[in-house]
Amino acid sequence: MRSWVHTLLMCFSLWAGEGFAVIETYEFSSPDLAARYHRLSQELRCPKCQNQNIADSNAPIARDLRVVLHDQLEQGASDEEILAFMVARYGEFVRYRPSVDRQTIWLWVAPLGLMCMGVMALAWHFRNRQTASPAPLTAAEQAQLEKLLKEPRA
Amino acid sequence: MRAKRFLPLLAFLVLAALLYKGLSIDPTELPAARLGQPFPDFVKAELKSGQPISAEALMPGPALVNVWATWCYSCRVEHPYLLALAAQGVPIYGLNYKDESQKALAWLDQLGDPYRLNIVDAEGSLGLDLGVYGAPETYVIGADGRIVHRHVGVLDEAVFARDFRRWFPSVMTDEAAKKVREGNG
Repeated sequence: MRSWVHTLLMCFSLWAGEGFAVIETYEFSSPDLAARYHRLSQELRCPKCQNQNIADSNAPIARDLRVVLHDQLEQGASDEEILAFMVARYGEFVRYRPSVDRQTIWLWVAPLGLMCMGVMALAWHFRNRQTASPAPLTAAEQAQLEKLLKEPRA
Repeated sequence: MRAKRFLPLLAFLVLAALLYKGLSIDPTELPAARLGQPFPDFVKAELKSGQPISAEALMPGPALVNVWATWCYSCRVEHPYLLALAAQGVPIYGLNYKDESQKALAWLDQLGDPYRLNIVDAEGSLGLDLGVYGAPETYVIGADGRIVHRHVGVLDEAVFARDFRRWFPSVMTDEAAKKVREGNG
């Protein structure tokens, strides 16, 4: 019985992650704006608490940015305009998907490059394994082999 | 063929060097997006007079703009150093960030006032335009009114000597100030 309760509790704890999102209500004039708010607030990074987006963070600055995001959406700003506004103030840092420029190019290229290197290493490894054949036996080894094969089984 | 044997070692060394470098990088350091740009335009009330002021009130540079609030504990820590700087003639302008003016005035009464003037930014909109994400922060405005430096966190003697002195060469170190006092006494 006890173990059942434990299992059940464990299962519930799997959902607990969703509890991190900040509970706040914003009125939007259209469901489309609400969807864009949701998407942008997930993409914008909180400048203060760096591993959270502004949707999840309780930091005052994240709250301010949510208010700005809401206001700008209601005023009809495009996604690009809002992101440009944020980047002008907090740098590319505030975007979880930074635009490609000289500073961020490595973020985009490095994973691909590393994967290519991994694939090349694997290919090299397997090709070597297939082509490598054992060296031919010397005369003495050949004689020993034949002797062993002719030996009656014990 | 022999060289290939050392490939894993080489890969390990490169990775180790990268990770070691990573240890010395401060992940809390944010790039200051406003560096090199003019101080954002604003019209806000001044804390003591209540008169509206704009970015022109901060001219001419070089000057410090210090973001502070009464709710900010570290601001209390750096306050004595700001007083010392002001006493040496460094122009310091306050940005009273998301604070209540009554409390801010009481704070200045109690602890002393190092600021030439204070911008009241109760809702934090000027802070947002500056890219402020907490207090205290201290900005240096250059002679031409552009933001030339930003420091996040408590401003103290060591930080000033390292990052700020080049704009305020006349400010003495604590040691030098002590020597002068001893020389006079």
